[in-house]
Amino acid sequence: MPATTLIRESETETDYSAKETQQAIATLTGVTKRYGATVALDGLNLALRPGEVVALLGPNGAGKSTAVRLLLGLIAPTSGTARVFGGDPQTPATRLRVGAMLQVARIPETLRVREHLDLFRSYYPHPLPMAAIVRIAQLEGIEDRMFSALSGGQKQRVLFGLAMCGDPDLVFLDEPTVGMDIEARRGLWQQIRTLANRGKTVLLTTHYLEEADALAHRIIVINKGKIVSEGTPAEIKNASAGRKIRCRTRLTAELLDTLPGVVSVERSGEDVVVMSDRVEETVREMLRRDEMLSDLEIARPALEDAFLALTTKR
Amino acid sequence: MSTPSIAYPGPQSLGIGHIVEIFGKETKYEFLKLLRNRGFSTAVIAFPIMFYLLFGVTNRGANSSGIHMARYLLAGYACFGLIGAALFGIGVGLAGERAAGWLEVKRASPMPPAAYLFAKCMGAIAFGLIIVTALTVLAVTMGGVSLTAAELAKMFGISIVGSISFASMGFLLALLVPANAAPGIVNLIYLPMSFMSGLWMPIQYLPHWLQRIAPALPTYHLAQLMLHIFGYANQSSLASHWFGLAGFTMVMLGTSWLVFSRAQQNA
Repeated sequence: MPATTLIRESETETDYSAKETQQAIATLTGVTKRYGATVALDGLNLALRPGEVVALLGPNGAGKSTAVRLLLGLIAPTSGTARVFGGDPQTPATRLRVGAMLQVARIPETLRVREHLDLFRSYYPHPLPMAAIVRIAQLEGIEDRMFSALSGGQKQRVLFGLAMCGDPDLVFLDEPTVGMDIEARRGLWQQIRTLANRGKTVLLTTHYLEEADALAHRIIVINKGKIVSEGTPAEIKNASAGRKIRCRTRLTAELLDTLPGVVSVERSGEDVVVMSDRVEETVREMLRRDEMLSDLEIARPALEDAFLALTTKR
Repeated sequence: MSTPSIAYPGPQSLGIGHIVEIFGKETKYEFLKLLRNRGFSTAVIAFPIMFYLLFGVTNRGANSSGIHMARYLLAGYACFGLIGAALFGIGVGLAGERAAGWLEVKRASPMPPAAYLFAKCMGAIAFGLIIVTALTVLAVTMGGVSLTAAELAKMFGISIVGSISFASMGFLLALLVPANAAPGIVNLIYLPMSFMSGLWMPIQYLPHWLQRIAPALPTYHLAQLMLHIFGYANQSSLASHWFGLAGFTMVMLGTSWLVFSRAQQNA
């Protein structure tokens, strides 16, 4: 796995090595997308390489859906280029190799699962066999049910099945496990890992940081149309401020703020959470000032904390 | 992990047989989808039947100034029904699919957009023909109407033309109207337009000022074409009705194209 670099907003030049872009199967290069006065994406550079699962994270309105739509050819950039498999994402030839699972409020309810799959399979010259799609999307037993008779999680699985019909080399999943129970979610995660193992590429947008953490080889954090951070889950977590101290103490937040290495303090009742990039020094000071300090815990920040730190600092 | 070299295949062209298969399946499932939607299929077929029973069959004996009412109303309600099938099947159906984001999933797939539009059109045509058949059966069995095979064939022909024409209006409505407002707006346009075109009663019985508006309505031209089969059309030339309907269809398609292109650019 090639080493990835962290890309900060302050860098003004694109930092992709020639080797990396050569291997990329899908790219957004210098893409800006404006809707009237709103700038949804601002000079964004993004590359997807074979066999990797990339998670796109960001608060609502950050530009994740816009980026996905550009790569799917559903919209065109205001400036910059989108390239998928070396060509325009809007051509049918490109679409034959791409699968998309988008957030849909409603799909035709009066067709059966099998019929939906049959129709989508017909779009491809070499679709996966029906039995394979049913297995991959965990639809065994419900093939003949009307779409309206499915639960939320089952409906999501059908949408995933539709994305898999053409045995795509590049898959876009937009919030794929919303509404799924634990079993179905783990099942889908397994399928995503299998796709990556087979050399396929997956771009995943999700609000479940646990999901990004579990699945992604690389996480791209987007906010307000720009990339804020990019790297493996471990790198993203390390890039945010230090480690997390949790304990019960009577020390006030104002006092804690003045301690060495402290980046942020959060108090709720007796419990306090302190983020520090010099944890040992901070803890030493805290223990010195409060002998009654209890329930001390020191942990690596969760991806959630890193994500919040990255996106709320702006 | 060794990374395989990427081979970009040249543009793949799908064989003709494959494209035909896609069009066929898209049409089949569009029809099934509409048929199984009880709310749509029963309403769109039942309303004209109900109206015909109420006004056509009960007037089976009525014969004013040479117009056999049951026959006149067969033409009128056939038009009414096929137009409703097109406007509701496409206008409301497509609007809903667009609002739900389903259209985006289809667009992101390799489905040729023409297949989708073709299927929608075929759905409208199919329901139009079903309605015309149902009304004809009623008219012949209960309305005392006699029909030659040629007349029936012509009715089917005009029905297909009308379905295509109003399918184009359905497309425009779906592009312009928000999905939840769609049924209401379709009714608001469809019902008065049908009334004012003489679909529910011969246009001679409407006030004169309304009669003057009629030629501006596409439904009027379709009705006249249908009535002409029975010889009940009014004096104006047949060609003017064909032009009227064709012009209307062009305007609908052209405007749809404009609205769609602009939406694409702003998307």
